[in-house]
Amino acid sequence: MNDFVGTGTLVRLALRRDRILIPIWIVVFVMTAAGSAKATMDLYTDPKALVDAARTSNASPALVSLYGRIFDESSLGEVSLFKLTAFGALLVALLGGMLVVRHTRSEEESGRLELLSAGVLGRYAALTSALIVSGATVIVLGLLTALSLMGSGLDTKGSFAFGLMWAAAGLSFAGVAAVTSQVTESARAANGLTAVVLGMAYVLRAIGDSSADGSTQWVSWLSPIGWSQQVRAYAGDRWAVLLVPLVFLAVLIAAATALIGRRDLGAGLVRPRPGPPRAAKSLRSPLALAWRLHRGSLLAWGFAFLLLGLLVGNIASNVDGFVTSDSAKEMVQKLGGVEGITDAFLATEMGMVGLLASAFGIQAALRLRSEETALRAEPLLATGVSRAQWLASHVLMALLGTGVLILVAGLGSGISSGASLGNVGRQVPRMLAAAAVQLPAIWLVTALVVILFGFAPKLVTGGWALYGVFLLIGQFGEIFNLPQWMINLSPYGHTPRLPGGDFSVAPVLWLTAIAAALTITGFATFRRRDIG
Amino acid sequence: MTSAIVVSGLHKSYGSTHALDGLDLEVATGEVHGFLGPNGAGKSTTIRVLLGLLRGDAGDVSLLGGDPWGDAAKLHRRLAYVPGDVNLWPNLTGGEVIDLLGRLRGGLDEKKRDELLRRFDLDPTKKGRTYSKGNRQKVALVAALASDVELLILDEPTSGLDPLMEEVFRQCIEEERQRDRTVLLSSHILSEVEALCDRISIIRRGKVVETGTLADLRHLTRTSIHAELAGSPNGLAQLPGIHDLDVQGNRVRLEVDTAQLEAVMRQLSASGITSLVAQPPTLEELFLRHYEDDVPAQDSQEPEAAVR
Ligand SMILES: Nc1ncnc2c1ncn2[C@@H]1O[C@H](COP(=O)(O)OP(=O)(O)O)[C@@H](O)[C@H]1O
Ligand SMILES: [Mg+2]
Repeated sequence: MNDFVGTGTLVRLALRRDRILIPIWIVVFVMTAAGSAKATMDLYTDPKALVDAARTSNASPALVSLYGRIFDESSLGEVSLFKLTAFGALLVALLGGMLVVRHTRSEEESGRLELLSAGVLGRYAALTSALIVSGATVIVLGLLTALSLMGSGLDTKGSFAFGLMWAAAGLSFAGVAAVTSQVTESARAANGLTAVVLGMAYVLRAIGDSSADGSTQWVSWLSPIGWSQQVRAYAGDRWAVLLVPLVFLAVLIAAATALIGRRDLGAGLVRPRPGPPRAAKSLRSPLALAWRLHRGSLLAWGFAFLLLGLLVGNIASNVDGFVTSDSAKEMVQKLGGVEGITDAFLATEMGMVGLLASAFGIQAALRLRSEETALRAEPLLATGVSRAQWLASHVLMALLGTGVLILVAGLGSGISSGASLGNVGRQVPRMLAAAAVQLPAIWLVTALVVILFGFAPKLVTGGWALYGVFLLIGQFGEIFNLPQWMINLSPYGHTPRLPGGDFSVAPVLWLTAIAAALTITGFATFRRRDIG
Repeated sequence: MTSAIVVSGLHKSYGSTHALDGLDLEVATGEVHGFLGPNGAGKSTTIRVLLGLLRGDAGDVSLLGGDPWGDAAKLHRRLAYVPGDVNLWPNLTGGEVIDLLGRLRGGLDEKKRDELLRRFDLDPTKKGRTYSKGNRQKVALVAALASDVELLILDEPTSGLDPLMEEVFRQCIEEERQRDRTVLLSSHILSEVEALCDRISIIRRGKVVETGTLADLRHLTRTSIHAELAGSPNGLAQLPGIHDLDVQGNRVRLEVDTAQLEAVMRQLSASGITSLVAQPPTLEELFLRHYEDDVPAQDSQEPEAAVR
């Protein structure tokens, strides 16, 4: 029992530290769920319109691979919330995982835990308290979501199934983070590893959902996000499925506990090896250092983007398998035949890939701030390196890095869709173009971080907030009937839809020009401000 | 004699904190200058302004004859800086960081690099995240000392070193003095500055309150003495420069201006010394005293006022 001494203190400490963060997250989730249910219900007052909408969605490979299938096409609750089922579970999972890392590995890395351990703290206290905080957060989040869904008029059983399947996704990834926090030595790596597992879970369920003939549907069952979908809220409410994530959590906790027993405080499981006593000849400029600092993460992201591209292109080639019913065939003709629908799918997917690549751009640009606050910028800026050179080194990594990522994804999707359609020579350049047009919007969002860094460095993480707002506008702007000017605020909305859509130069040039102006202003303001 | 650093009337605020309040500082070329002050006095802030990392609110700053804000990158090739808090990149080894910083300054003395690694007993193959505070500081010190520069700016460089390494550091600075390099050494430890520096500036609450050679500042330093005598002491109270005299039987406690030390010792040994503890003044005592000299009107708050 001694191993748990101090857990209560740590829980109180964590809740105190997060007393603003956690409630905000909960409110955002609850409001988004209730708001989106209400908006859809207002839209489909006629049951026939509801079924039509559901059929269209199930017939669209883009929507199915992104959000999943609608199991009961006549269920008001499911049709209203299908966009938030897998996708919402993904976000709750992210929250559950990050909270655990935040209160275990981050604390340990910063040395605060060492201070605590020197007093009276059992060795499992930190992990236990982090799991309690994270678990309680996602469970409360799930229950409040259920209540708010009931409040908007959906049936009680389904609403609880929905809220609890969200919570279950959060619990699964609290468990994943418990393990990654033991394996790695830095919070950054622990969060990264959790995100990779989460990404894989999402892709696995996409593969399962996109299986046109049902032969690969089982793949969904390998994914915690797939389990959440399989609860089938508002479409049968299969409570027993909720046991799967609980067992998963229990196994992961056991694994994490075993790992704690095998390592020292502060260390990871992977022992650091000695490195070179001399720097390579090339390590002689700020740019070389920036490359050194970003290359690991860029390689990992690059690999993921290549797989993602290959996967997307592969799904695209199965598109006609979705078109089975007569009414769907008719609809496909209206949309421009099979090629039209394939292109529409690829264009939507490329847009999503662009959103993901922006996340790399933002985190690469945020590196500027973490280098500054960790006092690693100061010694460099006290050498012959000018501020502009130092800033440029990281900004280049962010801008070129996103370029590489999106082109790699474009190449992958061009090769795999071309291979299965039998026209690689045509698909590859088309998909590369479709990828390239995403860049101006990505760069604009990255440039927002740069200008914040120059102008208001303390608010620099606001870059993620702006990104979140643009995401929400894109996903829900139309459902919520936002005024056009607000929808226009998101740079992603101005990206031409390629392949297949109309290409116009003007928005691309505009986005690029704004991105350039923001970046230049960021440089100018950074040269005038204090460091630190 | 030219000056490597000239600061006059420097002000700097962080929001409502007035960190520097009209600071004046002059460091002559070729001298080892101690920049002495308690924590929070404004040493690091001054150094950051000198490096062009912060911009002063008012006042003039000249570094190696240039403007540290405008010509930062150019001037930085001629100096090396060791920050008070050294943080390294987790994935780079100490050796890599030394080479990188040296190259960015314009070159390293290879022989000196190897020699310093040996003297500081530093393993250059370890990754940044595995170094202790003291070892991170050694990495920065080796990079700075092996650089071919005119000026060294060191911000509390020994705060993480053990006594053995502190001794190595002292030898290194002694060698730098012989090579006529200019050194600005900030510290909150009086004895360190006393041992190393040609001249000292004492900073308190954002102002330099005293500056000069150690001999100039002798009037500030007192030694506290704790002695047991064979017989009862006599004549001590008549000697000049004695403070806080407290006699209980054969035991004596007192503080004496360092300049008067000899006379007091002679008086004590006249009565026969059976045990003796002599301590140099701590920085805090020095400041307390300085404050008292500065503002005699506040003597009512000082306990020793009654003795005088
Ligand atoms: N970035 C900052 N923001 C606000 N206050 C600061 C900052 N840096 C230093 N200070 C304050 O300025 C004063 C001088 O600090 P500093 O120059 O670090 O002192 P020293 O190096 O002599 O210990 C202190 O009161 C400190 O709290
Ligand atoms: Mg300091």
